[in-house]
Amino acid sequence: MADQKYPTPLLDELEKGPWPSFVKEIKAAAKAKPTAEDLLGQLELSYEEKISHWKHGGIVGVMGYGGGVIGRYSDVPEKFPNVSHFHTLRVNHPSGWFYTSDVLRKLCDIWEAHGSDLTNFHGSTGDIILLGTKTDELEPTFNDLTKLGFDLGGSGSVMRTPSACVGQARCEWACYDTMALCNDLTHLYQDELHRPAFPYKFKFKCSGCPNDCVASIARADLSIIGTWKDDIQQDDAAVSEYAAAGLDIQKDVCDRCPTKCMDWDGKKLSINNRECVRCMHCINVMPKALRPGKEKGATLLIGAKAPILQGALLSSVLIPFVPADELLETLKELVSRIWDFWGEYGNNRERVGELIQRIGMSAFLDAIGLDPVPEMISAPRDNPYIFFQGEDVAEGTAEDEEVQNEATVKETK
Amino acid sequence: MAVQIETLAEEMYAMVAECQGKKNLKATDLTKAMIARHGASECSKDDCKHAIRQLIDSGRCVYSYFGGSFITLPHKEGAAPD
Ligand code: HEM
Ligand code: HEM
Ligand code: SF4
Ligand code: SF4
Repeated sequence: MADQKYPTPLLDELEKGPWPSFVKEIKAAAKAKPTAEDLLGQLELSYEEKISHWKHGGIVGVMGYGGGVIGRYSDVPEKFPNVSHFHTLRVNHPSGWFYTSDVLRKLCDIWEAHGSDLTNFHGSTGDIILLGTKTDELEPTFNDLTKLGFDLGGSGSVMRTPSACVGQARCEWACYDTMALCNDLTHLYQDELHRPAFPYKFKFKCSGCPNDCVASIARADLSIIGTWKDDIQQDDAAVSEYAAAGLDIQKDVCDRCPTKCMDWDGKKLSINNRECVRCMHCINVMPKALRPGKEKGATLLIGAKAPILQGALLSSVLIPFVPADELLETLKELVSRIWDFWGEYGNNRERVGELIQRIGMSAFLDAIGLDPVPEMISAPRDNPYIFFQGEDVAEGTAEDEEVQNEATVKETK
Repeated sequence: MAVQIETLAEEMYAMVAECQGKKNLKATDLTKAMIARHGASECSKDDCKHAIRQLIDSGRCVYSYFGGSFITLPHKEGAAPD
């Protein structure tokens, strides 16, 4: 590329092969924007020297906001003056990521006017990511975005931009209205989204069914995963059609059921719904024949996170089933208790899942006023070594007396 | 009588100013300090939230990020080029 300002032999390698290439896209933007041009130059230098040339900035938002902007400065601004500032904006995406093409064009116009032209639709948080602008452009960009009906998303120790799968808008498996709940949570917790008051970040993610398309079980401090309470809806004629069309129901459905609660005798499929763990496998394989039950709602889980300071955690069940129409009210009450406790006892940069690991789930449940229930346990422990509390022992023997008394004393603290 | 929001804001501002450059304070640090000083009956978490909002919206304090979110006086960013 003769017309390129900086030669980029190392980056050029990343244009090879059949995959989409960010280098190709930055080069396209570089034709119009000196920012993108200098970005290529600085990136090539980093690849040569195997070291990042970005410095963290302290800047976090626009006036009144404590999040939404991730500040970055070049540490070689004399070489690449057009990326001396390279701040990124997180913009709150619409629930379920639905846009009109008109609004997408307008978003791009805004970024063409104020930024590098480079975007990321979407970041891991779900937000629209507008990459690379100067401090002076932050307020003007924000003004244009709000005129178009957009707001900044979260960063830092805030409730992060909640996200949701497309849910009932496009998916027949959704057990509750994920987009409505996500929108409600976003509006309800505006203060928590923009004004950092937590020990660390807190994420909500809403999936309409256990397929969990937004991976809330792995990424959300509070995962809201749709499920059903009654039996899987079954259409026997459609089951026969699948069999006639060549589906090996025994091998591909029954044998892969995690709890082996399905039975196929060559004609009739029987499901022992009491043993079904709502994994979605059979429904995914035979969508015309099987579908989630009619009594719909969601499971609330707590504590997932990706590794940063400590290792990754998956979330654990907190409330096994909340009917769909009670979700928002239940969440309001539950979340206020969780935030109160975490705000009081969480260390700086300690996610709620890490707090639970530190103090133990039973202490956490006690603190937020929930009783343990069997659904919180993924599998019973395989040895019978259990400490009974006095109150757990129905008919006390003489030896239990002492334990009983101790338990009573503990309870009255 | 409950402590006025303005008073809380002033006292928080004094804490932030005193700690500037020495120790970073979070919203919860300010809230806990005010409740410890005035007692939970005179000063609620919500009052503290409003006091912090006053400080930020007036521009007397800003949020900053140093690994976590903190409340500081407006300052020239260390990393910003001249
Ligand atoms: C006949 C010999 C032993 C008996 C009867 C015995 C018994 C037990 C029992 C009842 C537990 C509690 C299990 C639980 O809470 O789930 C335990 C845990 C443990 N024992 Fe032993 N133990 C024996 C030998 C040993 C030896 C030789 C060691 C180490 C040198 C050891 C190390 C441990 C450890 C580290 C745990 C905790 C494991 C955990 O919590 O997962 N034990 N043992
Ligand atoms: C100050 C010293 C120690 C303290 C405070 C302490 C405390 C504890 C506690 C709280 C438990 C868990 C009991 C439970 O399951 O509720 C435990 C279990 C255990 N400790 Fe220690 N421990 C100490 C020293 C030791 C030493 C020196 C050894 C071995 C040489 C040891 C071996 C074990 C084992 C094997 C278990 C598991 C047994 C079980 O699960 O019941 N501990 N200890
Ligand atoms: S999580 Fe379930 S309801 Fe949501 S889009 Fe995926 S399959 Fe559909
Ligand atoms: S949803 Fe999963 S656990 Fe339930 S019957 Fe189907 S395969 Fe088995």
